[in-house]
Amino acid sequence: MLTELLSGSVPLQAYLLLAAVLFCMGVWGLINSRNAVRVLMSIELMLNAVNINLMSFSSYVDGQLIRGQVFSVFVITVAAAEAAVGLAILLSLYRNRVTVDMERFNLLRW
Amino acid sequence: MTIAASTQLICFFALSAVIVLGALGVVLLSNIVYSAFLLGGVFLAVAGLYLLLNASFVAAAQVLVYVGAVNVLILFAIMLVNKKEDLAPIPGLPVRRLLSGGVCAGLFLLLTRVVVTTPWVSGPTPIGEDATVRIGEHLFTDYLLPFELASVLLLMAMIGAIVLARREVQSVDLVTGEEVDQGLIEKSRTPLLVDQSRG
Repeated sequence: MLTELLSGSVPLQAYLLLAAVLFCMGVWGLINSRNAVRVLMSIELMLNAVNINLMSFSSYVDGQLIRGQVFSVFVITVAAAEAAVGLAILLSLYRNRVTVDMERFNLLRW
Repeated sequence: MTIAASTQLICFFALSAVIVLGALGVVLLSNIVYSAFLLGGVFLAVAGLYLLLNASFVAAAQVLVYVGAVNVLILFAIMLVNKKEDLAPIPGLPVRRLLSGGVCAGLFLLLTRVVVTTPWVSGPTPIGEDATVRIGEHLFTDYLLPFELASVLLLMAMIGAIVLARREVQSVDLVTGEEVDQGLIEKSRTPLLVDQSRG
């Protein structure tokens, strides 16, 4: 990996590590955010990390068939649908509870 | 090291820095509006990475869908629910944050180990700018069923979002059965966005 980096080309591992960093930050934000909108943003970060993984594999390992790029297009589609439905749920929750605090969305707790 | 290769390397590191710092800002900043705009920056930097990986179609889709739709949707949601509220303190919050940070660091170490120790095979040379044509061929031959299902999924998500976010206003009076003026009902309801500047 280091020899590739020193010779000037970006290795596959660099993309994978970047995606791992982004995914872990998304997980941390998902667990620790108290604002419901920020939770949705963290989910988007994680989806982007997965997309970076798919795209780098598609370029480095599957350069002719690029199935990873097709998968990324599908992931982007599903992410758009998820964001729309998630924010609609958030709006109707806000209408019922008048808060966006995740700690107070405990209707289904016991 | 040729000029093209070093340019690629510099672009990669600049985009990585933007992504990592932006994501840190998204997660850590206390003002949610700043977080939303930083999220847009992260999406744009990810689109730049796709350009580095010879995927111009997916980069354009990323900019259009994420920056143009998802980020704007998030900004609108923030505007609709942007009530300044003091969150009630929870006992043991720092401990919780440290614990989850440890879990995430462990996950990152695991992923790093997998990435470094796996001997990745290098495949055939990428097809470069023909990628868009190849994606089109994929979408209409072997990925036709997922493609059509995605359209149904988008329709379902659209209808579901409308149903969930709609304000339930009765337009017919239950007692008399007459049509009721929508504006009067809206005014008689308790306002959703309380103006806090007066009190």
